[in-house]
Amino acid sequence: MKIVVCVKQVPDTWAEKRLAPADSTVDRESVDGVINELDEYAIEEALRIKESAGGADSTVTVLTMGPEKATESIRKALSMGADAAVHLLDDALHGSDALQTSYALAQALGTLEWDLVVLGSESTDARMSVLPAMLAERLGVSQLTFARKVEVAGSNGSTTVRIERLTEAGYDVIEGSTPAVISVVEKINEPRYPSFKGIMAAKKKPLTTLTIADAGIESGGVGLAAASTAVTGFTEAPPRSAGTIVNDEGEGGRKLAEFLAAKKFV
Amino acid sequence: MDVTLGEEHEALRRTVEEFAREVVAPAAPGFDATGNFPYEIVRQMADMGLFGLPFPECYGGMGGDYFALCLAIEELARADSSVAITLEAGVGLGAMPLYRFGNEEQKSHWLPRLCSGTALGAFGLTEPGGGSDAGGTRTRAEIVDGEWVINGSKAFITNAGTDITELVSVTAVTGQRADGRKEISALLVPVPRAGFTAGPPYSKVGWHASDTRELAFENCRVPAANLLGERGRGYANFLSILDEGRIAIAALAVGLAQACVDASVAFAKERRSMGRAIASYQAIAFSIADMEVRAHTARLAYYAAAARLLAGQPFKKEAAMAKLYASEIAVTNARAATQVHGGYGVINDYPVARHWRDSKILEIGEGTSEVQRILIARELGLRPSV
Ligand SMILES: Cc1cc2nc3c(=O)[nH]c(=O)nc-3n(C[C@H](O)[C@H](O)[C@H](O)COP(=O)(O)OP(=O)(O)OC[C@H]3O[C@@H](n4cnc5c(N)ncnc54)[C@H](O)[C@@H]3O)c2cc1C
Repeated sequence: MKIVVCVKQVPDTWAEKRLAPADSTVDRESVDGVINELDEYAIEEALRIKESAGGADSTVTVLTMGPEKATESIRKALSMGADAAVHLLDDALHGSDALQTSYALAQALGTLEWDLVVLGSESTDARMSVLPAMLAERLGVSQLTFARKVEVAGSNGSTTVRIERLTEAGYDVIEGSTPAVISVVEKINEPRYPSFKGIMAAKKKPLTTLTIADAGIESGGVGLAAASTAVTGFTEAPPRSAGTIVNDEGEGGRKLAEFLAAKKFV
Repeated sequence: MDVTLGEEHEALRRTVEEFAREVVAPAAPGFDATGNFPYEIVRQMADMGLFGLPFPECYGGMGGDYFALCLAIEELARADSSVAITLEAGVGLGAMPLYRFGNEEQKSHWLPRLCSGTALGAFGLTEPGGGSDAGGTRTRAEIVDGEWVINGSKAFITNAGTDITELVSVTAVTGQRADGRKEISALLVPVPRAGFTAGPPYSKVGWHASDTRELAFENCRVPAANLLGERGRGYANFLSILDEGRIAIAALAVGLAQACVDASVAFAKERRSMGRAIASYQAIAFSIADMEVRAHTARLAYYAAAARLLAGQPFKKEAAMAKLYASEIAVTNARAATQVHGGYGVINDYPVARHWRDSKILEIGEGTSEVQRILIARELGLRPSV
């Protein structure tokens, strides 16, 4: 089983996030970068699928599109246990939107051998949650998204992937055959922390850098200028207001209901 | 000249920082209140390989070094001292004597289990009659029918009574030297063991979830082969373990001192008084700035001591200075952070209240501040009366 995990570096969840005034893209320079949280679950799931599949030919490869700095996140994914990594790194990619990113990643995946592509179901910076579906569409493979559980059955040649797809009401059971794209939600597992041995080993694992030319990506198909969506303006969120304290002197419930009604929450 | 961390040390530090923030910090108020040993957290630390950090891979270790251990301890202590001391005592005191002084058979028998964190070791030097005067050991051991028979007691022993404690190494008087002084040797006691009893956990001011007990040995028999290191070298060997251990305790103290800064910065920005955030009052801001200076300086002191240890240079004085300074500033920072928090500073839900209670032990364990000053003075060629 050959698995590729798409990993995105995002601004630290704990940091204040900003858009760069010049081009309205996320300011990635001034904050610490971390692995997008849901991608850690994707890495963990890929490692578990690999471990239960066994066999020397089972591998997990990390694929990251992002600036130079994203190497830190790639190293972390490798120290968790991934075997190799591919970094799609090219200034021309800066400012790409979701549609273009899915194109670029699909092209990069074309340079690799894989049965499964695993992703987190959304990123904490963009929160669009569309990439896994776009990618499956571009690759023309089974689309198994929002998985809270993944089971891989069968052996060489005919492998079936069955997932529990989280829905608002509960879950759907969906099945598809490989090759497939899976996206995972955080209920799926508990990502491991790298061990020191893993950290040391990560240094020696293969990390390949691809330019857009290496991946066969048309320069006109990616980047800010060619994006099909644009941020036309933005304002900072207003500071949180003080809030209202309701003291319960026998009619707290009614006061809460009034508050909710006044704000049109109910 | 370089005091920045290398790539691997930094990656380890960040990993443990994340673990401490996400897993240890939320659980800490709970086990601080109950005093229950944090088995589940210890298991997760074991999965990360923290108990094997400074040991070679051939014994199941991670192939790191003592500094890596110190970094992990510092980051854990930013969340909770009980968890940090459990690692410090398990590795620095429990497993290290075996690694440094054990023979091949002893090492390959014990180290893999200790490195994996499935078993904990403890280090029994202090006795009820006195810790600073470790040479005054009264516990005795003699060979009877080819076995060591141990009698006596030990006090304040960390990790000695958990469900996963499998080894206690102890110092005991095994005879008299030619010069008339006591011959002290170290012995490995596998536990549980007939004749060995760990008393109930002490009720402590701080380090609530760290396991600390008094130990009793009544005709406790262990094989002759359980002598650790050379006969008569037990006292000297244990003291050299404490030299290293002081760097690790300094790291723990720095973690606590830094935690006080972190909590105070966050609190002072949120808390308002007389119409402004208290952070905007110079009295508060300067107090926090001073805390940061102390934490930073103490960190440099333990980095410097660790650098000498790794380089194979003498480090006794540097380790004592780092331990002395870091433990004393940890207490100072905890007091200052409590003050910044006002009334909340003495409410147990707030981490600084716990840090305050946890800090005092740092000036006592692994050699009191007075003992550190004696060591430093001696290294300067002075002979303070003891
Ligand atoms: C929570 C905790 C965990 C511990 N864990 C361990 C452990 O795992 N293993 C272990 O072996 N020990 C452990 N200890 C013991 C610790 O190392 C001793 O408490 C410490 O060495 C002090 O010994 P003491 O308590 O007997 O005090 P004493 O030695 O009786 O000292 C009392 C006071 O007199 C001062 N003093 C003593 N002699 C002199 C002198 N010559 N000159 C000037 N001042 C002097 C001391 O500095 C101190 O202020 C632990 C202690 C605590 C509190």
